[in-house]
Amino acid sequence: MATQNNRESIKLLDGNHAAAEAAKLCRVQVIAAYPITPQTPLTESLSEFIESGELNAEYIAVESEHSALAVCASASMVGARVFTATSAHGLAYMHEMLHWTAGARLPVVMACVNRALGAPWNILNDQQDSLSQRDTGWIQLYARNNQEIVDSIIQAYKIAERILIPTMVCFDGYLLSHTEMPVELPSQEDVDSFLPSYRPHTVLDPANPKNYNLVTLADPRMNANGVFCHGYMELRYLLQESLQNATSVITEVGQEFAELFGRDYARLIWEDNLEDADIAIIAMGSLAMEARVAAGLLRREGYKAGVLGLRVFRPFPKNAVVKALKKNRLAVVFDKSISYGNEGIVCSEIKSALYGHDVNTIVLNYIVGLGGRDVKAREIVDAVKKSVHYLRSGIPISEQPEWICYI
Amino acid sequence: MQQPMIVSNHSEGIYEIRWHGRGGQGAVTAAKIVAYAAFLDGYPGVTSAPFFGAERRGVPITAVTRLSHKPIYVISQVETPDALVILDQTLLKYADTLSGLKMNGWVIVNSSQCLAELDLPTNVKVATADATLICKELGLISSGIPVVNTALIGAFARATQVVSLESLKRAIKEKLPDSISETNMAAFIKTFQTTKVFTR
Repeated sequence: MATQNNRESIKLLDGNHAAAEAAKLCRVQVIAAYPITPQTPLTESLSEFIESGELNAEYIAVESEHSALAVCASASMVGARVFTATSAHGLAYMHEMLHWTAGARLPVVMACVNRALGAPWNILNDQQDSLSQRDTGWIQLYARNNQEIVDSIIQAYKIAERILIPTMVCFDGYLLSHTEMPVELPSQEDVDSFLPSYRPHTVLDPANPKNYNLVTLADPRMNANGVFCHGYMELRYLLQESLQNATSVITEVGQEFAELFGRDYARLIWEDNLEDADIAIIAMGSLAMEARVAAGLLRREGYKAGVLGLRVFRPFPKNAVVKALKKNRLAVVFDKSISYGNEGIVCSEIKSALYGHDVNTIVLNYIVGLGGRDVKAREIVDAVKKSVHYLRSGIPISEQPEWICYI
Repeated sequence: MQQPMIVSNHSEGIYEIRWHGRGGQGAVTAAKIVAYAAFLDGYPGVTSAPFFGAERRGVPITAVTRLSHKPIYVISQVETPDALVILDQTLLKYADTLSGLKMNGWVIVNSSQCLAELDLPTNVKVATADATLICKELGLISSGIPVVNTALIGAFARATQVVSLESLKRAIKEKLPDSISETNMAAFIKTFQTTKVFTR
């Protein structure tokens, strides 16, 4: 949320325009994106900035999302700071290039405006799109409100360029992308001092031709110049190692951001009233805001509830989650996604983080909000009360998630 | 006819306005203008949103504005509005239009009819304004449709007084292109002056 002490720099912005303003403040040099609902106003806004001369960048019109990310990857490789944005089917269509971008260690930043995937066609919000790209090697940050969209995109460039890992800033379609709320926009001067200019890991020079991303076989071997080079597996190890270490970089960048802009991003998770809580409500994106309202209502009825909001999903903040949940008897995870045949994707991650830490928190899972189904605070309240009832009356906890829907 | 009560307390302390119009009448813009005016008034919590989905000219659409003296965390849809602003009277025939309206909440409607003819629930406050006529007289018409959004903001201001006139005027001026802001201001003021308020 925008702080109230600086009202002149606060604007009412929807999430798409907030993201476009952030990309402009980061002085992106190449944009390639293909319009898709609900992301379209974001790309329109960026092309208007370029048209009006407010943003000195090349907007490359492409025929598909796959090409959009291919253009961004190529431009990033030759040293440009790039930006793209997409949703749902667009992100799914980028899938191959997502792997490629991470594998080539290109610090592309993308906004994913979260939307449900067909069939059947649906243009509304859930988080199945970005969570289905969990294993592509990208960092994933989730915004709870439009202020966090701006702040996360600015931080994303610093994180991505410091450790050479592409970063996706995810925010809920419509709920944030089309809802106007107060947003404090940092000054260009401050963003310039926060964000150094981008230096690519490899300088491509026509006068000094090189091969790049060659076929790399199983075992390490000599290259044409007689230099002993990593095999495929070593390169993959290095990607994983960087992602493992990324938590500390994300924290550092969050602290640097806090010092300059006054909004604190030093933590990988958001903790609201968790200190004395028996019950942790876990959610990601705008749902973590609605969950705060639910926790407030529960507190009034005598339930000691708090909220754990996931800001960073990849790398998954295992230690922070374990530390936060150690004191809670019950964790209720609300997922806007599902790994079909198993459970909510966030829930699986939470359970996996707790393994081996001697944490006895009971974890329950509710699938909510798929395809734009409204998730109201009172429904979160009801689900938490139901979960407490299971616990108190010794009803065995199902291994399957419960769905909040009409079946 | 009495309004059925929905028990919902997640929007406590938030003033919720739901705008009902048809695609092309400017309901979404009205929701944004009032949000901006409330922001200028100093409300720290302000949000506005269109109904989520695809919009087309002529079809019923809604938009919402939320105002609060505290930051707003609720992001789910408005269930129990404090005020309904209805840009097209024919929308009153749909049951959904009045759904969830709080007891003693406002129905602010673009209509030339008298209160008895409107056949509204008895436990609501009503304000009427003949915004269509005002806009036609001012030539505030786009593709054959009178654009009544700013006029209805005038009726809303007169009825509820939750947002100041000065801020609404400034919001209309800043949010609309110069070429149309004067006519819209005239529609806003004329409607504000001629709105009939029935608090029963």
